Amino acid sequence: MTDTKNSRRTIRFTLNGRPVAADIGLNQNITEVLQDSFGLGGSRESCGQGLCGCCTVIMDGKAVTGCLTLAAFADGASVTTVEGLADGETLSAEQEAFIETGAFQCGFCTPGFILMTKQLLDENPDPDDEEIRHYLSGNLCRCGAYPEIVKAVRLAAGKRRNA
Amino acid sequence: MAGTTTTVGRSFPRMEGRAKVTGRAEYVYNLRLPNMLHAKACRSTISHGRIRSIDTSAAEATPGVHHVVTGADICKVLPEPFYGPAFHDQPILALEKVRHYGEPIAVVLAADPHVAELAAQRIVVDYEELPAVFDEVEAMTSDVIVHEELKPAGTFADLKHLAGKRDTNLALDYHLRHGDADKAFAEADRVFEHTFSTQQTMHTPFEPMIAIADVRNSAATVYTSTQSPSFVRYELARLLGWPESSVRVKTSHLGGGFGAKVYVKTEALALALSMIAHRPVRLALTMEEQFYTITKHPSTFRIASAVDKNGKVTARKCEVWWNGGAYADIGPRVTQKSGFTAAGPYNIDNVSIDSYALYTNRPPAGALRGFGIPQLVWAYESHTDIIAREMGIDPVDFRKRNILRNGRMQAVGTVVKDGEFEAILDELAKRMDWDKPFDRGSGTVRRGRGVAIGFKASISPTTSSAIVAVNADGSCIVYCSTVDMGQGSDTAMAQIASEVLDIPMEKIRVVNPDTDVTPYDMSTLGSRSTFHMGHAVRLAAADAREKLLALAKEIGLPEGHNTPVPELFVRKFGMSAGAIIGSANYIPDFTPPNYSTGQSPNATPFWMSGATGVEVEVDTETGQMRILRMINVCDIGKAINPVVVETQISGAAVMQLGFTVSEEMVIENGQLTNPSLADYRIPGIFDMPSVMESGFVAADQQNGPFGAKGVGESGTFGVSPAIANAIEDAVGVRITKMPIKAEAIYRALCVKQGRELSDD
Repeated sequence: MTDTKNSRRTIRFTLNGRPVAADIGLNQNITEVLQDSFGLGGSRESCGQGLCGCCTVIMDGKAVTGCLTLAAFADGASVTTVEGLADGETLSAEQEAFIETGAFQCGFCTPGFILMTKQLLDENPDPDDEEIRHYLSGNLCRCGAYPEIVKAVRLAAGKRRNA
Repeated sequence: MAGTTTTVGRSFPRMEGRAKVTGRAEYVYNLRLPNMLHAKACRSTISHGRIRSIDTSAAEATPGVHHVVTGADICKVLPEPFYGPAFHDQPILALEKVRHYGEPIAVVLAADPHVAELAAQRIVVDYEELPAVFDEVEAMTSDVIVHEELKPAGTFADLKHLAGKRDTNLALDYHLRHGDADKAFAEADRVFEHTFSTQQTMHTPFEPMIAIADVRNSAATVYTSTQSPSFVRYELARLLGWPESSVRVKTSHLGGGFGAKVYVKTEALALALSMIAHRPVRLALTMEEQFYTITKHPSTFRIASAVDKNGKVTARKCEVWWNGGAYADIGPRVTQKSGFTAAGPYNIDNVSIDSYALYTNRPPAGALRGFGIPQLVWAYESHTDIIAREMGIDPVDFRKRNILRNGRMQAVGTVVKDGEFEAILDELAKRMDWDKPFDRGSGTVRRGRGVAIGFKASISPTTSSAIVAVNADGSCIVYCSTVDMGQGSDTAMAQIASEVLDIPMEKIRVVNPDTDVTPYDMSTLGSRSTFHMGHAVRLAAADAREKLLALAKEIGLPEGHNTPVPELFVRKFGMSAGAIIGSANYIPDFTPPNYSTGQSPNATPFWMSGATGVEVEVDTETGQMRILRMINVCDIGKAINPVVVETQISGAAVMQLGFTVSEEMVIENGQLTNPSLADYRIPGIFDMPSVMESGFVAADQQNGPFGAKGVGESGTFGVSPAIANAIEDAVGVRITKMPIKAEAIYRALCVKQGRELSDD
């Protein structure tokens, strides 16, 4: 902390499909770096303990909690954030489904739920409600939109199958 | 006003939906200003004590630290650094004393937030610890005095008499007398009395409270995640002694609020810090720090009813103690505004209510989704259910015998109008199949069901102002200071403007609150926006419509013309130029209550109500309880946007479910032991009832905008007592203290079997 020269380094990684580099503090987590170096606010720190999932990003194909993942670990990795899901103006099936079912209120936890939904459907294209609840149980929504979120996942699964 | 509508009443998706699902929605949390410093607070580790000394030397010596600020430093820039909506009792940083665990004492400023955090931990505070009081009933008579002298803000007439009062923890007492309760009790066939209590809980908005202040050139700009931009401007201008025009408060979408972000929270400290640092300062709380900032009132409610042999409640006496914590915040309003409905939505001729706001050494309590109503409903609907059972009357039937109907006078002295209490109870019973046989389980797994109904008056009188502009191309901008924190208000306001002006939704924009741009609004709280701001936007849009008609007349168009709006502007201004500006202020009629009787003939512009029914399964060997089915039915007048309304009802019920079965702030030895989502458990996806339905009845709030009224809180009302009532129905034990954890049920089952467990 006090020795600032040795507490920083440059990392290179793939961010939403594009190669990038960032000068980071070794005590910074990936959520802070996405915010401060890339202006990406979709991963947000809320509980700070890896419990709410608001900070979720996908790193090398695995969903991780950004607030507990040091940015240094992203060096050489491929990172996908919610900002990487839409294709230009075209929303992903998960994003469309969340809008159509009204599966969010304040929206702060929404990116985490959408990334987990994508991850779930990549692994299991046709989950039942119990599998959906189990997979999303690591994410919290204080507005209590869970019933609509389960509907959104089912709708997204249908959209992906019919795409 | 009702009639046929084309935009209002349709379930448009939320206007900001696309921004939210792409992660691009604007929150103050995401804002970064050039040259900004980060602030981190050092907080009290005790609940009550005198500050002997604050040693900031190690913090100041930490490389990268710009400033270390204490209460004394705040006094140099703001000589009277006390704030609060009801009492000016809260110092921006502690001065001389700390009154609750987690109270901010000093702040470190640094360009790197990690440096600020580390240095804040290096501040050493020496205390002379004082005895503390945590219980609201004890606080009435305790020798421990939280504030030496009461300092009412002067904004509320009914608090003025408290100015200068000393040696009391009583921040407000409210009394209501309706009929003659003593006489009715003396003549009663049956008398019932019970005491219920609720615990301290926290809103935990997922975007933690944050303010960024930037003071320069004799003007202050504060970006804040607030529900009350107009009040923040007022209060900061008061602290500064500046005109309100020199203070600009801006907000964005909020990552939840639920009442946590009303009035001043982080803003006054951020303001003072920017004045000291001469740079923008970002004060972002952590989830932990939110627990020290504002909470929901713990409460104790002693309730007694006199009942005749036909099951008619002839009188009710209510004594309610509200635990306001160390600073009053809006607690005195909770005491009075919620206090007057403490007897429930029943037609009771003789009512007495005594409601007390108390200071204690807990973190401050304020508004949380219901403004005290869920605490009251917990008690009066548990009590009502016990009476029905003891008298052998079906709980729904008992309620219907006593329900308050339109045209009858509520205990506050106001005649009920457009309050569909009976209709929601009927609809609930229908959806629950209440008249049909019910599977009660067998062996060690027993089933039961319960209902509860609650109601609320709107906070009154409050004002909303709005501006609606029609641009030369025919598009429209709505300027209002209602904050969209997830309740969908932007969408509702756009629908109202669209309806009045016949402009399609996609051509309407609702501006985020910015006090330099959007006009005054009392606050986004208490389910008041749809009604109050809904009216202001409706009237402003109607004003714009009138001006468009005048413009058409001026350029010689006949009445009933169908010339497109852009053409009007071109004809008037020679090109696509100019703007039509409509504006309006709205305040409903109101009569303040008489101080000695609490009576008012016009206490509220509308009544909200919500009823909940649940079916539960209880394991008699462990006390584990599972909710198989939950149904919530509310009276929300006419829905502006039915899908958004349903999700508001459902979300409110989910939140109250957490407060009922798991959430509890635990203070041990003067320390809050669980200020984190790890140890303070909010509902997750597995906590949802197996089946959940939320809906509303056909209703019309005749004085509301397009028949609508508030909805954000109604889904909370019935949840807690419905669960307790269902548990009693299942296993015959009555829980009177929230939260209802498995342990509480298990202990009660043991008591029922004649073997009480020790507290260890």
